Amino acid sequence: MNFDYSDDQKMLKDEARRFLAAKCDAKVVRGVLDHDDRAYDAALWKAVAEQGWLGTAIPEAYGGLGLGHVELCALAEELGRACAPIPFASTVYFVAEALMLFGSEAQKAKWLPRIATGEAIGAFATSERAGPVTQASLHTVATGGTLSGEKIPVTDGDVADLIVVLAKDGLYLVEKGAGVSAEVLRTLDPTRSAAKLVFDSAPAERLGGDDGIVAMQAVFDRAAVLLAFEQLGGADRCLEMAKDYALERFAFGRAIAGYQAIKHKLADIYVKNEIARSNAYYGAWALNTAAAELPLAAATARVAASEAFWFASKENIQTHGGIGFTWEADPQLYYRRSRQLSLVAGAPATWRERLVSQLEMRNAA
Amino acid sequence: MDFNDTAEEAGYRAAARAWLEKNVAEHKALPHADDMAAARSWQARKAAAGYAQITWPKEWGGGGGTPIQGVIFGQEEAKFPVQYGYFTIGLGMCVPTVMAFADEETKKRFVGPALRGEEIWSQLFSEPAGGSDVAAIRTRAVRDGDDWVVNGQKVWTSGAHYSDYGIVLVRTNVDVPKHKGLTMFWLDLRSPGIEIRPIHQMSGGSNFNEIYFTDVRIPDSQRLGAVDDGWKVALVTLMNERLAVGGGVGASPKEILALAKDLDAADGPLIADPAFRQRLADWYVQAEGLRNTRMRTITALSRGQTPGPESSIGKIIAANQLQDLGNAAVEAEDQYGIIADPALLPLKGLFQTAVMNAPGLRIAGGTDEILKNIIAERVLGLPGEIRVDKDAAFRDLPVGR
Repeated sequence: MNFDYSDDQKMLKDEARRFLAAKCDAKVVRGVLDHDDRAYDAALWKAVAEQGWLGTAIPEAYGGLGLGHVELCALAEELGRACAPIPFASTVYFVAEALMLFGSEAQKAKWLPRIATGEAIGAFATSERAGPVTQASLHTVATGGTLSGEKIPVTDGDVADLIVVLAKDGLYLVEKGAGVSAEVLRTLDPTRSAAKLVFDSAPAERLGGDDGIVAMQAVFDRAAVLLAFEQLGGADRCLEMAKDYALERFAFGRAIAGYQAIKHKLADIYVKNEIARSNAYYGAWALNTAAAELPLAAATARVAASEAFWFASKENIQTHGGIGFTWEADPQLYYRRSRQLSLVAGAPATWRERLVSQLEMRNAA
Repeated sequence: MDFNDTAEEAGYRAAARAWLEKNVAEHKALPHADDMAAARSWQARKAAAGYAQITWPKEWGGGGGTPIQGVIFGQEEAKFPVQYGYFTIGLGMCVPTVMAFADEETKKRFVGPALRGEEIWSQLFSEPAGGSDVAAIRTRAVRDGDDWVVNGQKVWTSGAHYSDYGIVLVRTNVDVPKHKGLTMFWLDLRSPGIEIRPIHQMSGGSNFNEIYFTDVRIPDSQRLGAVDDGWKVALVTLMNERLAVGGGVGASPKEILALAKDLDAADGPLIADPAFRQRLADWYVQAEGLRNTRMRTITALSRGQTPGPESSIGKIIAANQLQDLGNAAVEAEDQYGIIADPALLPLKGLFQTAVMNAPGLRIAGGTDEILKNIIAERVLGLPGEIRVDKDAAFRDLPVGR
């Protein structure tokens, strides 16, 4: 039984934490929050690329480090903890995974090395309206090597070099350029960029995979596990912030950390975080071993992590009291990010439904 | 991350499984007068093979094994119909305390019979005035020559009605603060002056007892640890509490899913109701979270580490989920849900039973609130509660109900 990071993975994670503490403090996150013209922090993106993190799970043959997905999970946890304002998830969890799952040899050879170096930013475009992505919600069509339609919102759509687009009949690769226009959107989390993308007969190449939203779901299953680790890292950081503040803040003659109302609140956060951690580990195992139960494990990890991060981020603000509601205080960064991460691969309610469907299928088998 | 045993663990598991297959078959073929007789016979068989207390030293009849070997044997044993609970508290908590504090003669007399299931031990700590605050107990022991004379009452003592011996925490000094005036003894539960009465639980069952002491004489030679040093001894007992690596209790997401497939709701089967499906997902996430947290605990054991505080969250989640899930199932049965006759109910009334047992589970072995205090203080390092009784003599403490 080995249900934990290995020593090497722990070392990688510790290094990542030190690296991000130096390169991605709250000032860096705020730099993107406070500047509408800044889609992401370019210096951090470059530094992360130089570390080789973008190619963590990409095979060496395609310019990656050829490590496993558990290593990528360890990095995701640290990126979430640091609230990193870079297009890492879009590029690595969605687009690189989609390419590795469904790409032809030529597609992989063309794009994966560019992703691994940070030269190409990716975006995964699925949603077209309010509500979950269903087959009926799709109006984007691909014909004769071109693709037309509108996608909103597309995280990092405004800065992406390569967009994986879900059309009615499946996934397509579209490059930035002719036939693609982007309109930047205001979102709940300005530290992550998003756009409305309009495709007008944009040159498009079919990516492999099943027809329709089945292919999207296969990518979501993989991204969900990685996102769960980002959410877990964020939730852990919220608990730390709340704890540190509660120990320093005095009211009625003593530290508020001594009141049971606060102690039990922080214990509740801890319990949710541990449930999220254990389920994320199971998801990491399923992802890394391409286990048949990945869809169920991914849904379990995602629901637990979404709940934990939301709860931790809102109760962190509550623990801070009035100061927590100011622009200058940092709890809002995580509150905003928890919304971004909970919605980007489909909302928790959608995943709960998927989880139960998977349970029914497993029991029927 | 993987779920496989190391080569050594796999070998241990295979040997344990082979032993269990052979011995459970032999055990089940024997005639036993009743469940207790079967339990004693199975315990003796395990003891002879070194499987009774795997982590105890061999010189005391244990297996001389590691904690992870104990977990592996427990996992394999759980697959067979030999789950007898009579010896858990004695072997898990009481006898280790005796082994830590008694003299050689006492240990030689008691350890073997307990290990073989010949004698059963109970733990007598809780009192009407000391539940969460165990150090507030009032049962009084007064020195009289070579004996102590004990008067008072213990409560919530599991299995006392079938036990032979017990360890008891009593107050020997009322002039010092509450933690500093306690002493631990072992005693024969058939001593004159002891009266054991079953507690009738709100759920209808009687799994616990009250024990009344009227001028019960305990020889000073049966003292465990120094006079007035019983709190330290009690902490050793509580530290020996079995690692929570067992399975869940009663109604789980699996059972409510089975119910939901068969139950007709307003608009088709319950399982088709989107609101129900959302709740089912959350229960499953919690149950899986606990299962996977146990995997992390076992990993720590496998690496020779002491499991971290993550294992402390189990009971909070499990007990509350049982209450919530059980009640959801009862309400889903609508008017019919009020029925408590197993013969008339789906899954023999499993959910009604859950609703009636859950309140006890949220209290036993540490209330939700105490467990949250433990997480807050020992895991997160937040300040302890303000204790107004810390420096006052026990006799001067205010008493409520």
